[in-house]
Amino acid sequence: MELFVGIINYLVFFAITAGTYGVLSLGLNLQWGYTGLFNIGVAAFYAVGAYASALVSGPPPDMWDGRLVGGFELPFILGILAAALAAGIIAFLIGIPTLRLRADYLAIATIGIAETIRMVLKNEAWLTNGVWGLQQLPSPFYDAIHRGATGFVQTHPDLSPWLRALVLKAYNWFYLFLVIAALFLLYLFLRRLAQSPWGRVLRAIREDEVVASMSGKNVFAFKLQALVLGAMIMGIGGAFYAHYARFISPTSFEPFYGTFIVWVMLILGGTGNNKGAILGAFVVWGTWAGTDFITGYLPLSPTQEASLRIIVIGILLVSILLVRPQGLLPEMRQRRRTPRTPE
Amino acid sequence: MLSRIPQLLFYGLVSGSILALGGIGVSLTYSILRFSNFAHGDMMALGAYLTLALIPVAGTLGIPSAAIGPLSFGPRFIVAAVVGMACTFVIVVALDRLIFRRLRKAGRITLMITTIGIALSMRNALQFFWGPQPQYYTARIQLAIQVPRLAIRVKPDQLFVISVAVLLVALLHLFLRYTKTGKAMRATSDNPSLAQVTGINTERIILWTWVIGASLAALAGVLAGVENKFITPELGWQMLLSIFAAVILGGIGNPYGAILGGVIVGVSEEVSTAFISTGYKPAVAFGILVLMLLIRPTGLLGRRS
Repeated sequence: MELFVGIINYLVFFAITAGTYGVLSLGLNLQWGYTGLFNIGVAAFYAVGAYASALVSGPPPDMWDGRLVGGFELPFILGILAAALAAGIIAFLIGIPTLRLRADYLAIATIGIAETIRMVLKNEAWLTNGVWGLQQLPSPFYDAIHRGATGFVQTHPDLSPWLRALVLKAYNWFYLFLVIAALFLLYLFLRRLAQSPWGRVLRAIREDEVVASMSGKNVFAFKLQALVLGAMIMGIGGAFYAHYARFISPTSFEPFYGTFIVWVMLILGGTGNNKGAILGAFVVWGTWAGTDFITGYLPLSPTQEASLRIIVIGILLVSILLVRPQGLLPEMRQRRRTPRTPE
Repeated sequence: MLSRIPQLLFYGLVSGSILALGGIGVSLTYSILRFSNFAHGDMMALGAYLTLALIPVAGTLGIPSAAIGPLSFGPRFIVAAVVGMACTFVIVVALDRLIFRRLRKAGRITLMITTIGIALSMRNALQFFWGPQPQYYTARIQLAIQVPRLAIRVKPDQLFVISVAVLLVALLHLFLRYTKTGKAMRATSDNPSLAQVTGINTERIILWTWVIGASLAALAGVLAGVENKFITPELGWQMLLSIFAAVILGGIGNPYGAILGGVIVGVSEEVSTAFISTGYKPAVAFGILVLMLLIRPTGLLGRRS
């Protein structure tokens, strides 16, 4: 029974992380899946979102902190808004010089912005506390729920030990609920967008920019909107990460965790399919966590284990592209508005 | 601060030579295979590590390790580096046969994503075998020599790096200009379908592109190790942004542009350290890149596409 409770608690923790990645994957799907924007700097928007939210709703600097500003202790929801806003602004600035050019330039520029942001996070201690990162970030309603759970356990001494262990982790269930709710709302929003005329223009741009532009669409404006909106979603993902982990530092946003694994998730799940984007996040994060168990049995050093796991993800990516480039859930053909007339 | 500038200019020439060698491969791949190779930096690191592994092998063959003149390394290291370059292109050509060849008909972005997967696996394979900590080619310490009348200090190794880069760039120029294969490569880069119609074997040209690009990448990785005194698995990835900035600055697809761009980016990065924190060196490359994309995306030597 104890093992069972352990597994349940682990699965909740797992689902929170995978769900947060699902948010990133949905943002990337809007950019890459719908519009064909080759953004390989997801980590930039993820990091900016996490830091923005941490600065807006986190605690002010204490005496050991190198920060001079930030920590306004505002509510969680304002943190999320700040995250979306900050990531959107960065995307807007990066989109202007690159979106009129070929896909390669956006790719290189987004790698550049992701690396530059990481340098800023490391070097500008007055804002970010440098490599030490931001600590003791608040989780929404943590105190109330945690106090409630411990109080419940104390007033019910007859609880069986495994039920006790479950109740004590009540906060994780609450956070999982928040993440799932956010995923669900984003999913509905994106599905709506995909079916709207706006979404149709995005797909038209992805298929053939010249044709889209000949039909009188301002291709640049649509691409910029998709880039900014996708980045805002990624920023929200960053906020969800920051307030669950309660600690963020530049190492949390290295290219592997911040960008590449998100790409593998979207490509494996199904580029252009929102359900696929979410499914991919769970499958790939499951693979990543699963390899942790397996490599634990091999006679390897911790860094070798990490390298081997990343090699597995890299090979997974290349194999999907070779064998099943459409992913697990391929993009659905859009339903026609009018039923096909019988011939 | 300003008195440091001659010295920084010299450092910039050294790192610019390395960026140029790396950039040539990126540029050739771009113009002939038509995609940006994000694994290029990791091919550099691969070459640097294969050389490291080959030094003891060359030792068992009896190649002397005594340093040549004022340099910090000897014939053993040079033989290891040359064989290391060959091993790198063999591995890269094998990857082309195994992966890229099956994706020739796929879109360019699929190819670019594939290079990201390869980059990730390659870097971590190096980390798996050698670990993340720095590795050293030699324990010898080399003192910088004060150059009379110029306010700069120069290490013989650094002059070696510059000379090797200049030599190889000259050889590449002769190859592209005067050999049949070189001409065919330029033709393919100008117009692939026309080149194919005139009877140029595209697959052979692709093979040559990988051989040249990967060898020069490996050499760039080795020279980066000579200049920095150590190598890490991240060596190539850390230089990738500067290399792309160099290639775009010079005009993507033009190997001569890559050389010019490499030197400009290398010099700007080094000179910038007189004014801003060294932590932002790669951000300088990024700044140049964005500026160039805004003003003249075709690059200094690029044609209008």
